[in-house]
Amino acid sequence: MASQSASCPNCGAPIVFRWSSSVQTVCDHCRSVVIRTDVDLQKVGVVADLPLDGSPIQIGTEGQYGDKPFVVAGRIMYQYEQGTWNEWRIVLDGGADGWLSDAQNELAISFRVDNPHLPAPEMAPLGYSFNWNGVEFTVVSRTLAHYAGVEGELPFQYWDKTDVMFVDLRSERLDFATLDYSDDKPTLYIGKAMDFDALRLRNVRTFEGW
Amino acid sequence: MAEAQGRPVVSVRSVNCPNCGAATAVRTFGHAVNVVCQSCGSILDGKDPGVAILQQYTQAVRYEPLIPLGTRGKILRATSASGPERDADHEVVGFQVRQILVDGVAYQWREYLLFNPYYGFHYLTEYGGHWNVVTTLRSLPEGGATPGSGRSRSYHGQTYRRFQTASAQTVFVLGEFPWQVRVGETAAVADYVAPPRMLSGEMTADKEATWSLGEYVDGVDVWSHLSLPGAPPAREGVFANQPSPFAGAAGRMWRAATLLLALAALLWVMHLATAREKVAFAQVFTYDPRGIQDSSFVTPVFELDGRPSAVRVETATDLDNQWVGVGYALVNDDTGQTYEFAREVSYYQGVDEGESWSEGSRGDDVTLSRIPSGRYFLRIEPEGDRAGHPVRYRVRVVRDVATSLWFLVAVVLIVIPPIASTWRSATFERRRWAESDDAPAASSHDGDDDDE
Repeated sequence: MASQSASCPNCGAPIVFRWSSSVQTVCDHCRSVVIRTDVDLQKVGVVADLPLDGSPIQIGTEGQYGDKPFVVAGRIMYQYEQGTWNEWRIVLDGGADGWLSDAQNELAISFRVDNPHLPAPEMAPLGYSFNWNGVEFTVVSRTLAHYAGVEGELPFQYWDKTDVMFVDLRSERLDFATLDYSDDKPTLYIGKAMDFDALRLRNVRTFEGW
Repeated sequence: MAEAQGRPVVSVRSVNCPNCGAATAVRTFGHAVNVVCQSCGSILDGKDPGVAILQQYTQAVRYEPLIPLGTRGKILRATSASGPERDADHEVVGFQVRQILVDGVAYQWREYLLFNPYYGFHYLTEYGGHWNVVTTLRSLPEGGATPGSGRSRSYHGQTYRRFQTASAQTVFVLGEFPWQVRVGETAAVADYVAPPRMLSGEMTADKEATWSLGEYVDGVDVWSHLSLPGAPPAREGVFANQPSPFAGAAGRMWRAATLLLALAALLWVMHLATAREKVAFAQVFTYDPRGIQDSSFVTPVFELDGRPSAVRVETATDLDNQWVGVGYALVNDDTGQTYEFAREVSYYQGVDEGESWSEGSRGDDVTLSRIPSGRYFLRIEPEGDRAGHPVRYRVRVVRDVATSLWFLVAVVLIVIPPIASTWRSATFERRRWAESDDAPAASSHDGDDDDE
C-alpha cells in the first residue's frame, strides 16, 4: 500500500495515511481531524472521545469478504434515538473501499453504487420497494441519526455532521442497501447481510469474561 | 478467537443508580443503551458516563424472571442455525414482560435477551410454559414486508399462516438492552405460524419493521442447556407454533396403512386368482310344499379335496311369488362333523298402477370358511307355504371358492389407527387455532396437518 507520512498540523505527531484512497484521518495524539489535500495536511476539527460501544470490530481487524481479504481502516459511529451503530470502512485486497456496518452485531458489507436516480427521503417511506441491480429492495427502517465520532482513515471528509436521514432496505434474500442522505445528493450503498463467522475476522476485540 | 494486539481487553463495568445509589453490573459492554437498576428498577442511560434516570420505576408488581440474569449457556436452535454460533455460549442480559389485550384481558409473555459479544443478540420467549428461541431476520419474508397485512407469509419455501395481530405493550423491564426500552411503549406485532416455527413482524411507528423467526423449544431442554436448577413451568394449553405430537404420527400411520392395504389387496388378488372354484356336487331337486310327508333327504357322498378352504353352497330356484326355506347340514361322512345352516329364498313380482315391480331373488349363495377335506354329504330339508306351487331347485357345492370378507375386515382394522390419529391431530389443531384471533374457517386447517 502506498503510505504517506507527515506531521499533524496541530501537534506535530506523525500522521500516516496507510491507504491511498484515504482523505481524512484522526491524529492519534491530539484527536484532531486531519484531511489530506494535494499539498499538505489540514486540521479541520477535533473529535471527542468515541462513545462506548460494544462492537467486536476495531481498526486493524482483518477479514475475508468472499475470497477477498480486507482490513478495517476507519469508522464512523452514528447515534440515533435507539442507540448507536458503526460503519467500519474496509479496504479490500486491491484497494477497493467498502463498508462493514455493525448494528448490535448485525453485520452487513456494502459498497457505494453510483445511481443518479435515487429517491428523496420523503419518497422512500417504510414498506416502499425499489429495484436496483435487478434486486427488489424494500424499506425496513428510516433512521434520523447524527455523527457521534470518527476514527482512523476515511475515503472522504466526514465529521461534525448534524442529523441526517438513513433509509435501510432489505430483500427477500440477504441483500442489504442503505440510502444515505448525508450530502446534498443521496448516496446508495448495496451489499449483503453477513454472518460473523463467514467474515473470518481476526484481531477482534476481546471482552472480559468471554 | 481474539488477539488484543496491544489493546486492552474490554472490561466489565457497572453503573451507579442516581436514584438509589446501588451499582448494577453491565453485561453487554458498550451495547448497553439502557440499564435497569437491579435495586430500584429505574431505567438508566447506559451510555452516559454520568448515568441519568430515563424512567422512574413506579409499578406495584415486580416480575421475577424464571431464568436469572447472568445465566450463561448454549442457545437452542434446532434447524435454522447458521453455523457455529449455536455452539457459542450466550448470557441472559435482559428481561422484559410484554402483553397484549384481547377483549380487555391481558395476556402476558416474557422475553429474555441473550447476548454473545461476537454473535450478538437473540431472544428466548416464554408464555404458559411454552418456549421459543427467536432470531432477528436479515431477509424479508415473501408476501409483504409490512407485518399484519395478508393471511400468510412465505419464508425459505415454507408457508406461515397468520395467527395473531395485536399491539404489544411493555409492562416490565429488567437488565440491559442495546436499544431504548420504556415501560408502556407499544409496537404493532403480527405472528405467522408454521409449527415448530413462528414468523413475527414488529413495527414501531413509521420508522422500523423487523421480522424475526421463533423456534419452539422444550422447556426441559432450555433448563438443561442453561444448567438451571429445578424444572421448567408446566405447559398450559396448546401454543401457536407448538409442534403437534400427532401430526407426524398420523402421516407415518397413513403411510404404513397404505403399505398394509396394498399388501392385503395383493393377497386378496392372489387369493382370487388361485381359487379353484371346483364344483364338488350339483343336482336338481323338486319340492312340493303341499306334500304331507317329511321332506328331508340326504344327497350322495361327494369329495371336498385339497387344503382346508371355503365352500360355497348355492341354491337356485324357479320361484315365482312364493318363498321356500332350505335347512342344510353339511356332514363329514367319516367324522360326523356337521355344519348346519338355514337359507330362505323368496321372490315376488307384479304390476302396480302400470309399474312392474319385483322383490327378493330366486337364488341364494352361502360361503362356509375353512372346511377340511374329506367325504361329505348334504342333508337337505326344504319347507314352504303349504298353499304354494311345487319348486324346482338346484343345489351346487363349490370347493375352494374366493372369499372377500376377511379383506374387508382387514381394511377396517388397518385404517382405524390412522383415522384415530388424524382425529387426535385435528383436535390438537383446533385447540391451537382456538387461541388465534385470525378465526379461520372451521375446516380450513383440518387435513393439512398429516405431514410434518
